[in-house]
Amino acid sequence: MAKSLISIQDFTKEEILHVLDVAREFEKDRSQDFLHGKIVACIFFEPSTRTRLSFETAANRLGAKVIGFSDAGNTSIRKGESLKDTIKMVSNYADIIVMRHPLEGSARYASEVASVPVINAGDGANQHPSQTLLDLYSIRQTQGRLDGIDINMVGDLKYGRTVHSLLQALSHFSPSFIFTSPQELRMPAEYKDFLDERHIPYRETSELAEHIADTDILYMTRIQQERFTDPVEYEKVKNVYSLNAQMLAGVRDNMRILHPLPRLQEIAADVDDTPYAYYFRQAENGMYVRMAIISYLLGKR
Amino acid sequence: MGNTEKQLKVNAIKNGTVLDHLPSDQVFRIMDILDLYSSPHPVTVGINLDSRSMGKKGIIKMSGRFFRDEELNALALIAPNASVNIIRDFEVIEKRRLTIPETICSIVRCINPMCVTNHENVDTRFRTIIKGGEVSLRCEYCEKVTDSRNMKIAGSKS
Repeated sequence: MAKSLISIQDFTKEEILHVLDVAREFEKDRSQDFLHGKIVACIFFEPSTRTRLSFETAANRLGAKVIGFSDAGNTSIRKGESLKDTIKMVSNYADIIVMRHPLEGSARYASEVASVPVINAGDGANQHPSQTLLDLYSIRQTQGRLDGIDINMVGDLKYGRTVHSLLQALSHFSPSFIFTSPQELRMPAEYKDFLDERHIPYRETSELAEHIADTDILYMTRIQQERFTDPVEYEKVKNVYSLNAQMLAGVRDNMRILHPLPRLQEIAADVDDTPYAYYFRQAENGMYVRMAIISYLLGKR
Repeated sequence: MGNTEKQLKVNAIKNGTVLDHLPSDQVFRIMDILDLYSSPHPVTVGINLDSRSMGKKGIIKMSGRFFRDEELNALALIAPNASVNIIRDFEVIEKRRLTIPETICSIVRCINPMCVTNHENVDTRFRTIIKGGEVSLRCEYCEKVTDSRNMKIAGSKS
């Protein structure tokens, strides 16, 4: 079976660091067309502008050609074709598959069926490992290191897959966590158990103001409406946090604000102009990291 | 006398396997998992039998059937106290307990309605987690944990 990237835990600490080093190389020189003649299939069974464009740009910058679809509506899936058959077909055409699918575990299944590497670009609420790698890259770029970071994760810590994957990935690097969330959206017990087993410290609060000044990374997340089954529950918590420039008085100089985007009101526009805002650069970093993931899985870096 | 009765229950088959100390309410589920309805050999089932250790218990006696350890170990999820008796020529030649395997394939359904295994024709695969005497299963696809209270056995072929 070809080496795939389905869950961040598929990569060892060494592999993570290797991919980040390769991404750094692409940040210095963003057009390297050594994948000339390769075909990258970007198959998106549910819409995603940001992630798809980032992967497609990454593939193009490496000189590869891109095939695929951006929504399952016009494809044979509509006719009831199984995921297995679609993947079998695509892996006969392409050298690597980038896939987003609403079903959880679909990417793992695809990697078992495919004859080429599969990159999981999001399987429902489960995993989104390229986001995690670009978060790590952004942390290293802004702090000059990954080890011993103080990180405050804010927002939907219950359903937010990015915070869960980032937590797992950071566990290699002796971090210290603060979890800021409303009572209803606290970090699930299984992730706290994961930290306890590794003796990684964490504190929990529901007040955003409490731990802004004593953190290196403020990792903001959107409260995602699509994860709520009860609209009343969503209404109760949707505006619970709103970070503005005034609240940033007294923060550490090296503190940076990350956000997987898209953001809603949880970060006010006046934060964008402070030296602490890093979320747009973070999105740009995604391209370098995805170039690195594709190159690594194709055995070229 | 009670002893003779017990002997009879276990020794009533000549060659085969007896699963004893099953929870009565799991007996038919186990029949499903082992696909005993299509067995060419006789199968005798007892439920609500008196048991000193369990109060009431179930038992399944299968003539002419022998199993590999892996085939039976998955039953430990729903029948943790089960004992397996191997019978040759009316004698119990081996008696053993089930041990919970590290990986459980096909038998249990994933609790997550959005899991790919509940939508595509994929056999489930779980890693067992044993914590505080409780068994739970982590889906190797969607990575969600199904605990013992929510374990649903995948329907038999239908």
